[in-house]
This record gives sequence, C-alpha cells and structure tokens, in this order.
Amino acid sequence: MNDTVGIVIVSHSKDIAKGTADMVRQMVGSEVKVAFCGGNPEGGLGTNVALIMDAINDAWSSKGVAILVDLGGAETNSEMAVEMLEPERRKMVVVCNAPIVEGAVMAATEAAGGSSLEQVRAVAEELTAG
Amino acid sequence: MTLQPDMFKSLVKVAAEQVIASAPELTALDQAIGDGDHGTNMKRGCEAVLNKLDTISAQPLDEAFKTIGKTLVMTVGGASGPLYGSFFLAAGEALSGKNLPEDLVEVFGSGVNAVSARGRSHVGEKTMLDVLVPVLETLKADAGRADLIERVRTTASEALARTAPMQATKGRASFLGPRSVGHLDPGARSSCVLLNAVCSTLEAQP
Repeated sequence: MNDTVGIVIVSHSKDIAKGTADMVRQMVGSEVKVAFCGGNPEGGLGTNVALIMDAINDAWSSKGVAILVDLGGAETNSEMAVEMLEPERRKMVVVCNAPIVEGAVMAATEAAGGSSLEQVRAVAEELTAG
Repeated sequence: MTLQPDMFKSLVKVAAEQVIASAPELTALDQAIGDGDHGTNMKRGCEAVLNKLDTISAQPLDEAFKTIGKTLVMTVGGASGPLYGSFFLAAGEALSGKNLPEDLVEVFGSGVNAVSARGRSHVGEKTMLDVLVPVLETLKADAGRADLIERVRTTASEALARTAPMQATKGRASFLGPRSVGHLDPGARSSCVLLNAVCSTLEAQP
C-alpha cells in the first residue's frame, strides 16, 4: 500500500483548525489523511494535549505525521503530545515551523506525491525560510 | 526530617488553592502582555489536581509528582500546562530512589531544567525561569540554613519584581517587543504564588 504522510492541524481556535483542514481537503483531495483540533479542555480558545494525541492517532500513517500549529502554546502542547505517544511513534511525528494554513496546504500537497516525512517538513518550512 | 504524607498533601492542597485564588491577578497580568488566559488555565489545572488529591497523596512521592505533572499537562490548555507539567514530571523522575527534603536541590533542579528545555528558554527572557532559577540558586547556596524558607521567599519576590523591566523574547509577550517592559511576567508570578504557598505551609508546621 502506498501510504502518505498524515497531516495534523493544531490551532487555538477549532474554527481555524477546521477551516484549514477544509482548505487542504479541497485543494489536495482525500488521499492524504488530515486531522485537526483546537480549543482548550473547556472548549474555549487554547490547545489540549489529549485532543492533539487523538488527532495524531487519527491521521496516523506508516510514513509518519506532520503537525502544523499556530501560536506558542499550540507548539508547546504539540511537542508535549508527541512525547506522550508510544516510543516507536514519537520519532515519526514532527512539528513543522511553518505558517499554519500555507504550511498545511504545502505539506499535504507534498505528502500526496508520496514524499517522506522529512521532505514534507522541508517543503512546509521553506515558507518560513522566506 | 522527612516529608510526611500528610504534610505533602497539605503542600499540594494549599499551593493549588493559592493559585486558584490568584487566578484573577494572573489573568490581569496576562491580559497586559499575553493572551489573557494564564489565570483561567492555571485555575483549571489546579482544580483538576485538587480533584485527584486523595489519589496523589496515597502515591509514593515520585509517582505523586508525575501524576501532578500529567494532570497539569492534560488540563491546563495553554503553554503553561506543558511547562509546569514538565517541571513535575522531571522532578518525579529525579525523585526515584531519592528523598525530600534531603535531595531537594537535585529534584528542584531537574524540574527547572525541564522547564528550560520545554520552553527553549533561559534566564533573562521574562519567563517563570526568572523566578525558578534564582530560587534554585538560593536552595543550593543556603541549604541547611535555619532561615532557608525566608530566603526562598525573599529570592522569589525579588526575582519576580526584576521581571518588570525585562523585555520579553519568549512566548506571546515577545510579540510586544519593548511594550512588554514595565509589566510583571504572569508565569513568574504564578511560580511565585506556588513557592510562597509552599513556604507558608512549611512555616506553619508545628
């Protein structure tokens, strides 16, 4: 089976996370698994380690998962979620240093072509390198 | 002296209650230079810890620290969850085969290192580390002194005051650049609240 890298979108706002996932699905199609989450444990703006771990597992692929985040807490909580995964999964998940919407679309486009996790991350992070 | 289970339980309880009581102040500080959620986030995390207090106080000390850490990670919601969570997870790890208060410097130091690694931050960047690191230095320098508790309290409050003139280079406050100057750091304040609660509880001990 030709598995593709999964994409996880983590925003402080569930609406932004969902909207980003919708854009990815429309622009890239459904061959790439995309999961998203947003909001703190009470549903307000923020992020939530448990939901991030669920999203990683939902988007899981044998090629790994690339996470796109918005602001500080989303990155810190995503890194924490990765560390709390089973040890063999941890090394197959990366948090990309890239803008969330553009990064998600670029990462998913690259993933759809069957690229490796490192290639997917590199394409997303090129956006930051300017 | 060894840290007795009842004492540990009241330390956790008072620390959590003090943070909950200071939630409005933490939020006000965070509204000035952050995203205004530090108080509500810490309150949610501390309430979750209080809900597990009986479980926590029945565990061996190292496991109890890890349970506190994991609870904060899972419930706080902002960056402070992984930061404080990592402190307690690492401190719990360091406590394995160790005792409090004998190994306090090593245990507290492991927690501080974990916060620094998680936040990729160091002293002088207007964060909770600007309180935690000076307190660690005091614990090292003044270990065994009769007035250690008072020295920790003084160190923490002086260190907190020094965050006001700092310009933030980490976290949300860094977006403000020079405009972050003049405000106390909310994370440094919550660290101070936690440390003060521990100091007061230890002092009240018969």
